[in-house]
Amino acid sequence: MSKPKIVVIILTLLALLLPLALPWLKTPLILGTAFGIAALGISILIISGQISFGHALFVCVGGYAVAFTVRKWTHMDSALLLVVGTAVGAVIGAIVGSFVVRYRGIFFGMLNLALSMVLFAVLGKFFNVTGGTDGLRLERSPFFGFNMERDAFETVLLITCVVLALLLGWLVQRYLRSVAGQALSAIKTNETRLEYVGISAYQALLIGYIISAALGGLSGALFAIAQGLVTPEMGYWVRSGEIVFVAILGGVGHPVGAFIGAGIFEFVKLFAAAYLTGAWQMVLGFVLIAMVFLAPRGISALLEDKKHKEGA
Amino acid sequence: MSTPLLQTKDLQLAFGAVVVADHIDFTLTEGERLAVIGQNGAGKTTFINICTGLIHPQAGQVFFEGHDVTALSPRAIALRGMVRSFQLPQLFTEHTVRDCVRIAAAGKRGGLGLWTPLDKAVPAAEVDHVLEMVGLASRGDEMSGALPEGQRKLLDIAMALVLKPRLLILDEPTSGVSTDEKHGLMKTIMAALDAEKVTAIFVEHDVDIVSQYATRVAAWIAGRIAADGTPQQVLLDPEVRKNVIGE
Repeated sequence: MSKPKIVVIILTLLALLLPLALPWLKTPLILGTAFGIAALGISILIISGQISFGHALFVCVGGYAVAFTVRKWTHMDSALLLVVGTAVGAVIGAIVGSFVVRYRGIFFGMLNLALSMVLFAVLGKFFNVTGGTDGLRLERSPFFGFNMERDAFETVLLITCVVLALLLGWLVQRYLRSVAGQALSAIKTNETRLEYVGISAYQALLIGYIISAALGGLSGALFAIAQGLVTPEMGYWVRSGEIVFVAILGGVGHPVGAFIGAGIFEFVKLFAAAYLTGAWQMVLGFVLIAMVFLAPRGISALLEDKKHKEGA
Repeated sequence: MSTPLLQTKDLQLAFGAVVVADHIDFTLTEGERLAVIGQNGAGKTTFINICTGLIHPQAGQVFFEGHDVTALSPRAIALRGMVRSFQLPQLFTEHTVRDCVRIAAAGKRGGLGLWTPLDKAVPAAEVDHVLEMVGLASRGDEMSGALPEGQRKLLDIAMALVLKPRLLILDEPTSGVSTDEKHGLMKTIMAALDAEKVTAIFVEHDVDIVSQYATRVAAWIAGRIAADGTPQQVLLDPEVRKNVIGE
């Protein structure tokens, strides 16, 4: 069995069993997995050589889509809300991506950042619709048809998060091995040649962008459902930076990297905030510096077998 | 009279005061091996870039198999059967040799499948056949970025051949290759072209290579075709000997 598979099994068991002994872990694990799903989306873009500094836009869009839906249809099932967040993320991703993917490098990154800041400002200004900077509160919805108390709800949400992480990791890996995924990674090394062999780099990147946005939307839906609150902060540029941080920390070589990165991020933040109040960003900074020197391709790169590493 | 495979009519292009395509009328018929010669800056690569859609002329038209392809993209032209290789090999350097060819073959098949893995989307025999033709079958699992220059050239050509072109345009296939390796490289390329019955244009500086492998030669001087004919005719042309060969 490969190292990444072993790590996936260990992480799955830890995520499901640790909260039995330490119930307070449920929330950070849910939020960490939601972060990991957004970072998985960013990883797809990084594989094509592009970095979006505004991908929190889709997390925010997914979260607000859930909030508006719950306000309109109070008893809509949480499972359906996850579908709504994902679908809205994908649709907005298709619209935004249709022109953003024409750009490369710093222009791609900054255009995404600019759009996310436009959304951030709009959400803050239209108080009557969006709740302004206070955001919107959500009532707890039924999950799989059952109304639950907070503890049971969080348990089901955690299990759902773990199942989603496994499913999405597998699906993304499958996609990256497909013609579309391999074309996406070829954009990084030779976009011109891609066109000369009859493959549209635009289409390949747009597909990746939409998938990435859909994952962002799903992540936002999970945040909204877990926290019962959405605010414009979800789309703030710092959040986008954190998603990029998580993706780079975990590495893009294997989907598990996004979740390892998210786990480290969430727990460093949690413990640093508890023991080094007001200085958790400094601790994260040191972690990133250590990563740059010790594992520049991210933690998942450490899991690759020797043959693959030499080949790369 | 059969339709020419490639035809240009009154192609014109200038970069400021520098004329790189000066009213070029040109016809290529199926089965020819045309060598394009000329000094640096004469407009050879520009001509290739116009024909393959990378840049568009200020005036004039390009016809491929009778269809006007002047305004088409490189991708559309490649899918119609006019394919090129590059002076500096253009590879997917973080992919293996076999995957580079697979991606190209997948491009020919059309569509960006999201589900079927690349290695299943393209029959292995198709990839192996092309790699064997260019002598890279044993290096299929190596990273393309790690190949020596001569083999990078061959892979570049393999990625073009797997598209099953009607016309292959090779931009300086022997540049960057040692003198000893040049003939071996050209023999491999020509054998592959013969096997696949592909018409070819190749830009070349080496007169020895031109006289040995071309059936026709066109000499470019300052954006125009100064001489066009058999290798014997063109290589003995006084203007070509003075301005192209440098005697």
